[in-house]
Amino acid sequence: MDQSQRAPGGLIFYALVYLLFLYAPILLLPLFAFNDSAVIALPLSGFTLRWFDVLWDTTALHAALYNSLIIAATTSVLSTCLGILAARAAARYPIPGKRGIVGFIMVPLVLPEVIVGISLLVVLIQLGMSLSLWTVIMGHVLVCTPFSVAILGAAFNNMDASLEEASMDLGESALGTFRRIILPLAAPGILASMLVAFTISFDEFIIAFFLTGTDATLPVYIWSQLRFPARLPGMMALGFLMVLMSFALLLTAEYLRRRSSRLISGDEAEGASLFFDAASGMR
Amino acid sequence: MSNQPIIQVRDVAKYYGDEPALAGVSLDIMAGEFFSLLGPSGCGKTTLLRMISGFDVPDRGSISIDGVDMAGVPPNRRPTNMVFQSYAIFPHLSVAQNVAYGLKRLRLGRVETKRRVEEALALVALEGYGGRQPHELSGGQRQRVALARALVMQPKVLLLDEPMSALDKKLREQMQTELRRLQRAVGITFVLVTHDQEEALLMSDRIAVMFNGSIAQLDSPEGMYRRPVSRQVASFIGMMNFLRADIASIDPSGATVNIEALGSALLPGVSVGKPGSATIGIRPEMLTMLYGDHATAERVFRGKIVDTEYYGDLTLYQVRIDDTATVVTVSMRNTAGRPILQAGDRTRIGWGAESLVLLDPLESAK
Amino acid sequence: MQAGRTVTRAVAVPMARDWRGLLLISPTLVYALTMLAAPLALLIIMSLWTQDVIEIRRTISLDNYRQVFTEPLYRVLMARSLLIAGVVTLVTVLLAYPIAYFVAFYGGKRRGMWLLLITIPFWTSYLVRIFLWKVILGYNGVLNSGLLGLGLIDQPLTFILYNANAVVITLAHAWAPFAILPLYVSLSRIDHSLLEAARDLGDGPVRRFLRITLPLSMPGLIAAVLIVFIPTVGDYVTPRLLGGTDGLMIANMIEVQFGKANNAPLGAALATSAMLIVASVALLFLWLNQRSLRRVG
Repeated sequence: MDQSQRAPGGLIFYALVYLLFLYAPILLLPLFAFNDSAVIALPLSGFTLRWFDVLWDTTALHAALYNSLIIAATTSVLSTCLGILAARAAARYPIPGKRGIVGFIMVPLVLPEVIVGISLLVVLIQLGMSLSLWTVIMGHVLVCTPFSVAILGAAFNNMDASLEEASMDLGESALGTFRRIILPLAAPGILASMLVAFTISFDEFIIAFFLTGTDATLPVYIWSQLRFPARLPGMMALGFLMVLMSFALLLTAEYLRRRSSRLISGDEAEGASLFFDAASGMR
Repeated sequence: MSNQPIIQVRDVAKYYGDEPALAGVSLDIMAGEFFSLLGPSGCGKTTLLRMISGFDVPDRGSISIDGVDMAGVPPNRRPTNMVFQSYAIFPHLSVAQNVAYGLKRLRLGRVETKRRVEEALALVALEGYGGRQPHELSGGQRQRVALARALVMQPKVLLLDEPMSALDKKLREQMQTELRRLQRAVGITFVLVTHDQEEALLMSDRIAVMFNGSIAQLDSPEGMYRRPVSRQVASFIGMMNFLRADIASIDPSGATVNIEALGSALLPGVSVGKPGSATIGIRPEMLTMLYGDHATAERVFRGKIVDTEYYGDLTLYQVRIDDTATVVTVSMRNTAGRPILQAGDRTRIGWGAESLVLLDPLESAK
Repeated sequence: MQAGRTVTRAVAVPMARDWRGLLLISPTLVYALTMLAAPLALLIIMSLWTQDVIEIRRTISLDNYRQVFTEPLYRVLMARSLLIAGVVTLVTVLLAYPIAYFVAFYGGKRRGMWLLLITIPFWTSYLVRIFLWKVILGYNGVLNSGLLGLGLIDQPLTFILYNANAVVITLAHAWAPFAILPLYVSLSRIDHSLLEAARDLGDGPVRRFLRITLPLSMPGLIAAVLIVFIPTVGDYVTPRLLGGTDGLMIANMIEVQFGKANNAPLGAALATSAMLIVASVALLFLWLNQRSLRRVG
């Protein structure tokens, strides 16, 4: 069965239907975002941009957006730093109990977010700390780090160890080798990790819901609005913009990741994706 | 080549758990020579090379380079440079930037750096390739870049870790000759690690054959081929017929041995060993098929061809010696007018006592 | 002796000692320990405390656990969470397997594109995505309008919103990439010559699948099951938005205890019990699977 062999027609049909199932909600989003009706239902009644004007005029939304941007940006930097350290250590050095340690770092990937949220909340309450943007960041860094570790792990693991040895052999110090060889080669992976962490944090609801104080994040704000039918068309417009942003960020991250694997291992690394790296990292 | 040792390895050992990767190796590598470490995978040759370069640390023993003990000296401070098995060309740098990589720390200035890079690229016949990116290069060109990048540092010793293993046969043969010529031109000591005996014979001034973390024999290519000390070395390098023998006596004129199927012979100059059973080796090309009834040799036996292997330029014949069960391999070049015999044909084989090798003389035979 | 491209070689830097790797990984490890292990430990301790009217009494007792395991409300919620997670896992993995198979075996050069297409929806706008299922499945929703418009039904379907069915459909959608990717990883590692060998030895397509493909993709299947099952048990948003009262799950009750009911210790006990039950179900699953593998092998 070689690669060029065509798939059975039934399987192709199934794959397309499945894709439709996956994209159904996202495809509906623009329909309702531009629909000139206060009710989210079919049939559609005409084209309008007023729901976007509503977003423009809602100041509470702007505050939430600002909070989310700060949280997502900080989270992306911190989790990528933690990811670099862990991925580099795991790829290059012998560590006693490495499987267990890496496995533990990856646990938030499968732990229900409710558990992460309330357990952190319990600690904060017991310590008497007040909830703020920083408490949300603490939780988000925890759940984003496994993704960073997985993405960067793929980048570091594919790097030929003799590149570093060659640099040392040519007289460069360990620090110089890191600056002149490792960092440039890992740069696309680092950027990809930052973009993915940003996207996850920007979109994350549960942990933010538990750990946010008076400053709502964007998803927390959306959650509060979903109760009011009158606000729903505006939320559709907002969701549409968020989807566009996520698409742009993720496609950039994927482009960077491909460039990185082409640079490091010389091949196109076909058949892999960001999430593939993440999934491989889980195992 | 001089008689001055540039690398002195003294009783170097390395253990992985209880397994010795190197079991106390000592050797001298002379300044300006092309030296090969030859052996099957797992014999310790790469470990030894990595210790010379500083990437591995011996558990015991010492290594000095040009009279300086290298204990505690990291790879970036050693007067050695390495050509890696994968070549380790930095994928994000151009060819010229790769070659200039190590020069950057020397702060030579732009003009001098550029001059040296161009000189090094010319040395490996890559003039004008400085602007290329690594992914645009062929395997052979990558190897040349790796060579230029190491040679531009003007090391006292150039270390080569299986540099030919990534090349196909044709290119490998071409690069072997080229590398040999390059070594003679620059006069730098080359230390090559390889598992390919032909490569070692072709390129080296001296070869150390290693098995199981120890040096089995250290000799010139010719000495290694003609006078292997053990059965293991003899069968690793080229082909060899092994025959059982008894050492009857040893005196100043040589050793008298009774060889299975061949009879008694005097091995001149052999003075080690003691009477008892032993193994005698003789190379297939040292057995000569005698064509025509009048051709003759110092010693002759008759036999019947039981099998042939045709290689184009030569043919290997399996010949069973008459009145015995012993089968020997005979190698004959297929020169002009020489007939190629078939299985079942009868033949006469000539040989001489001077081409016999007494193997493992110090070991009692099994 | 080092092989060609030993990218996994552990010791690359001279004089590397074990502590260097440990030192490098320690910030990440310490973060996980302080932000995950310590809070989980405190959660478990808190589950042994009791809530008085105003304050928490810090004496150790198993009262909360007695409530969790005896009061019908909690037992129903727990059982429903496990049941829904089980069904979601089954549905998700069954639907995902053919897709993973398709991409791994017939994806060719477009494998990357397919995986990207499959995973992108997962990363986008979680809340809005789940809310849209309400729009799709609702009384006046897209699905009902469509079916009515086509004349396939006379009355809007009502069994697909505000109940467990809606929760299952939505969660199966949300977790699809989590099931597809581990399956894809193990399927794409299958050497095609094994299938050719089986064919050569006389196996038809069905036997080939059952005797070669399925057993070799087992690690991916197990990973997919666990990765979907474990987080699904604790899902909060979907049951809140689509579950009605009959579709609520344990996470909703945990949130209620920490919020309105103001009984954090009971909430902690619920969370701890849920984790323990999920962990034992997962271990049981792994054990059963290993036993069956051993029998086959």
